[in-house]
Amino acid sequence: MTSSKKISIRNGRLIDPASGTDRAADLHLADGRVLAIDGPPAGFQPDVTLDARGLVVCPGLIDLSARLREPGHEQKATIASETRAAAAAGITTLCCPPDTAPIIDTPAVAQLILRTAQRHGLARVLPVGAITQGLDGRHITEMAALKQAGCPVLSQADRPIRNSQVLMRALDYAATFGLTLFLQPQDADLSEGGCAHEGRVATRLGLPGIPEAAETVAVARALALAEQTGARIHFRGLSSARGAEMLAEARRRGIPASGDCSIHQLFLTEDDVYGFNADCHVIPPLRTLADRQALRTAVAEGAIQALCSDHQPHDADAKQAPFPETAPGISALETLLPLALGLVDEGVLTLSAAIARLTTGPSAILGHDLGRLAPGRPADICCFDPAETWVLSPETLVSQGQNTPFLGRQLRGRVRWTLLGGRIVHERA
Amino acid sequence: MSHANAHDLQLDPAGHLKHLLTVEGLGRELLTEVLDQAEGFLGVAQQAVKKVPLCRGKVVANLFFETSTRTRTTFELAAKRLSADVLNLNIAASATTKGETLLDTLRNLEAMQVDMFVVRHAASGAAHFIASQAAPHVSVINAGDGRHAHPTQGMLDMFTIRRHKGAFENLRIAIVGDILHSRVARSQIAALNTLGAGEIRVIGPRTLMPAQVESLGVRVFEDLREGVRDADVVIMLRLQRERMSVALLPSEHEYFQLYGLTEERLSTARPDAIVMHPGPINRGVEMDTQVADGPRSVILEQVSNGIAVRMAVIAMCIGTQNLRGQDAVGDLDD
Repeated sequence: MTSSKKISIRNGRLIDPASGTDRAADLHLADGRVLAIDGPPAGFQPDVTLDARGLVVCPGLIDLSARLREPGHEQKATIASETRAAAAAGITTLCCPPDTAPIIDTPAVAQLILRTAQRHGLARVLPVGAITQGLDGRHITEMAALKQAGCPVLSQADRPIRNSQVLMRALDYAATFGLTLFLQPQDADLSEGGCAHEGRVATRLGLPGIPEAAETVAVARALALAEQTGARIHFRGLSSARGAEMLAEARRRGIPASGDCSIHQLFLTEDDVYGFNADCHVIPPLRTLADRQALRTAVAEGAIQALCSDHQPHDADAKQAPFPETAPGISALETLLPLALGLVDEGVLTLSAAIARLTTGPSAILGHDLGRLAPGRPADICCFDPAETWVLSPETLVSQGQNTPFLGRQLRGRVRWTLLGGRIVHERA
Repeated sequence: MSHANAHDLQLDPAGHLKHLLTVEGLGRELLTEVLDQAEGFLGVAQQAVKKVPLCRGKVVANLFFETSTRTRTTFELAAKRLSADVLNLNIAASATTKGETLLDTLRNLEAMQVDMFVVRHAASGAAHFIASQAAPHVSVINAGDGRHAHPTQGMLDMFTIRRHKGAFENLRIAIVGDILHSRVARSQIAALNTLGAGEIRVIGPRTLMPAQVESLGVRVFEDLREGVRDADVVIMLRLQRERMSVALLPSEHEYFQLYGLTEERLSTARPDAIVMHPGPINRGVEMDTQVADGPRSVILEQVSNGIAVRMAVIAMCIGTQNLRGQDAVGDLDD
């Protein structure tokens, strides 16, 4: 990265959940790091001063799951296009699941992604290594080598390991190197062929269902194996009330497990699938209003520690088919912060808690020290106007993926500046 | 949300039928209009020249991504009796297997000035998708999409019931078998509810019932004898052989023992009950031959009625003369 300027961010409302800070404060940055908070050190001469009056200044957001589609699916998106979208959305760190082509099951692929992201310099991209070779669910990867190559965690993306013996050994082996496994809890057999929550709406529309038990069976199995092995697991994308409850109960018993929720699960329900709305085709599926409510509560109470975009940009063709044949997923980087702020508006979270679920929460899950603003820390910063309202449209979307059910929705909260390692990587006039 | 719901999609701004994708969302008046129109068309088959010119110059394309004999042929006959030109495209064996997308297939056919697509597809929602993408002048009729809907089958069943029973209000209708996978059952249930049927029952083992099936507006029975008790209409659904291979059922034998319709089990139904089946029948699985060919069976009548109902729907969507409120058959000129 090029050497950064000295920057002062003045007059903003600094919210840093890690230190419990929420007050008016100035930030001074040099050499890519936070130099001082409040008064500048003697003799500090900023090259740039950003007037953050009326803005919230917080750590850059950390997204535990964002598909960038490179390598292999560049017709959908690229590392360049999606890290630009991330910068516009205030996201400075994102985890890229291993289902690229080739799959991230060797150090070479991980390094290719890291190098490409560094070359563009718009966001920190953390490649998530595969748990099994080719995501085949049978042969574990060279996990130590993947960790060394820069994979902070490992996952199977959306291809669950059917064989419990393989999963247990993967947990044991990963724990040898202190690696957390990200598990998207969905039983392979119970979800096979399904494309919508097995319930009232799928019944009416005749859509093959995915029962709640597809999630709870997978959560129960993973928790049992985590307890047996002592390995750390993280549930990526919980969708059901019961799943969240099982996680909370396991945490109370001291099992080292965490969980996140894709932000769309807190706003949409099975009813949004009516009319065969392919933009609402997501996996795990949108569930009931009661599930949505319970997930919101779990996020508020901290039983779920992180919110993520689960960004899945697609080309138009991927959604131009009968509902069950469309590719699941939402282009979601740019709605992550506004929707999280929507939870504040709706009284679900305080502003500080919402920011925590997007910064310190995911940071703790990854086991790294990003997501906080203190002297000496990397200057990854998001400055946003919490009051600005805007409408999501094809024109405002920076991502190459236009597949979002939130098009046309009025959103509140818009990013003014994003800084990555002390450099301004996004600025909105 | 950017997607129109089915109701918006199916009716033109004046409230007339533009596409028939599902029975759901269509009002009682419109369903009754379909039945009344079909009544008029029933006479066409009795004429020496079995044709009316209501769709002369129109092109109807049968777009079958799943194989079908009965539905495709009755649609073809219906369109021909309305004097339309008919294209039969067996897509299952052509374009999409060469990698062409559904949308490409559609665009190519539109370029041939097709006025109506009659679509059958294995995916629920396929007809909605095609209707949402079709050129403004094109009408789409759903001839079966996945497990979702088969509205003309549902309507021909309503037509058959009305011809035998008159009003729907006091009727008790029992639907037996694989509700989970049945687009026919979904369309029948939606139509019966809209037409104000007295009681709709579904009967079958739990493995063949969709989640929260009661939310469709039905009473659920697991015992056949109980379920058909005092029924005015008994509708048997087809059972696909593949259900046995995915642990939904143990065997055809046990299914027939429990849910196969026999004269003896039918004895608890009303004496004048009729027995229906959308076809093709698996004799000895869904029902006994004696029942299928017996005096209460109206199964073959359903097939003939299917032509009249499909004529009504095609004419309502793309007919060149305004049929509404008129006697369609009164306009004969050839």
